[in-house]
Amino acid sequence: MILDCLVTPFTANAFLLNALLAGILVSVACGIVGTFVVLRGLAFIGDALAHGVLPGVAIAMLLGLPGMLGAAAGALGMIFGIGFITRRSNLSPDTAIGLLFVGMLALGVAIVSRSHAFSGDLVRILFGEILGIRPSELALQLAATLVIAVLARVCYRPFLLLCFSPEQAEVSGFPPRRYHAIMLGMIALTVVVSFRTVGTLLVFGMLLAPAASAALFSRKITTMVLSASGIGAFSVYTGLLASYHFDIAAGAAITLAASLIFFILLTARQLLPAAGAAGRTK
Amino acid sequence: MSIVAAQGLAVGYQGESVVAGLDFSLEPGQVLALVGSNGSGKSTLLKTIAGLLPPIQGSIEVLGARPLARPGQVAYMGQFHPSSFMLPLRAHDVVRMARFAAHGLFGRMTAADERAVHEAMAVMGVLDLAQAPLNALSGGQRQRVFLAQAFARDAGLILLDEPAANLDGASRDTYRREIRRLAAAGRSVVIATHDIDEAAECDATMLLAHRVVAYGPSASILTQQALLSTFGMVGKYQEGGIVIVEREHGHEGCESGH
Repeated sequence: MILDCLVTPFTANAFLLNALLAGILVSVACGIVGTFVVLRGLAFIGDALAHGVLPGVAIAMLLGLPGMLGAAAGALGMIFGIGFITRRSNLSPDTAIGLLFVGMLALGVAIVSRSHAFSGDLVRILFGEILGIRPSELALQLAATLVIAVLARVCYRPFLLLCFSPEQAEVSGFPPRRYHAIMLGMIALTVVVSFRTVGTLLVFGMLLAPAASAALFSRKITTMVLSASGIGAFSVYTGLLASYHFDIAAGAAITLAASLIFFILLTARQLLPAAGAAGRTK
Repeated sequence: MSIVAAQGLAVGYQGESVVAGLDFSLEPGQVLALVGSNGSGKSTLLKTIAGLLPPIQGSIEVLGARPLARPGQVAYMGQFHPSSFMLPLRAHDVVRMARFAAHGLFGRMTAADERAVHEAMAVMGVLDLAQAPLNALSGGQRQRVFLAQAFARDAGLILLDEPAANLDGASRDTYRREIRRLAAAGRSVVIATHDIDEAAECDATMLLAHRVVAYGPSASILTQQALLSTFGMVGKYQEGGIVIVEREHGHEGCESGH
């Protein structure tokens, strides 16, 4: 009975198994990248990138090109735009991100609104289509996750120093601008390859919620990366189960599960002093 | 070869000079104190030596090359570590980061690296805190960990910004003893400080107040007149509070506070 409830949905439905595999790959990519997003306080730029790809995707669909190509162009446009505004004005990066965020989102919605045929596409862009994942898309997601894992391994030292202090990264021979750009590229890659699975809106939740949950009790960055990936994967599993049994949108169920786990762990940390020691400050 | 050589140097931010006309050199085994009030240019000069800020004017060479050219040979401890409150790092991880500069992206950490980390932590009395999360340490403990990080780099030039901040008396003595030991071993040190006693123990002092008020051997530089020009007043601690001995344009008197 329990097996029927917890395992059979995945063994009996190939589309659900594909969704689970795709979701786990998204979780690993988001666990790695999300850890640095949380530790470096890059949540806003993560959010902006997740939404900034919308016009790129919309234009690509309008031209009959792959949506992922448009998403990549949108993400690159965001990154260069933020750099351009920050360099050419006295505005803070936050302001530059905010300006581009709303501008790109509005442009995306304006393009979509020109065609009624797009209304269904907009929902798919925003919330993903995890139950419709094809094996070829799984392979692409796997390749992207591997690239992200290799980059994180190679850049582990500069990323650690960058989290600790950009000045320490600089005096240690790791130019902060170069490694910040690599980090942004990793966020963009995660968003671009994950938007088909969980959508541009929900990929941000997967970037943030599992990593924030892991930050509550992790004492090492490697532990945080592994925990965030594990929490993300568990969220995917429980979210898909909830979607299957209660007939709710899969992408939303996954992100809801990830958010719920955060609040459960936060409450547990308040109730269990030893668990909270890792996050306590003096 | 001088460890640091500056000629006609002006330092500042975004093209605006904070201190100009800096001509100085630092020799092997020499300890230089940069003394001045808040905003006088101490940290700006220290960051320029470290290569964190480009010179506004003039030239500066560090270890015979441009600043930042030899990252493994320069240790820098800044005043602020904005992220340290939330990072999931243990004290040992923080000190160990000092060795990354010597190995780049791929070089393996060796037994010698672990020894340098262990020794630096032992010197600053933080070995027993090695496994403690950084965010669970007090301000003074954290400062000792950051000092251990600077010492663990085993660098020829050590740059320290307000190193004695948050340290208790015993830790301050330990840190000063280590600076003397490092200088005796041929390491050069530049310290930005408000502490006149600390400066008096250094070989040379540069008094800064948006200009170089005085520069030379500490014994001859730290005069009441020079301090008056640097800080605008000179005081001393007595029971009951700080007593202002002299103001630049006023009278002596008593200030409240401890």
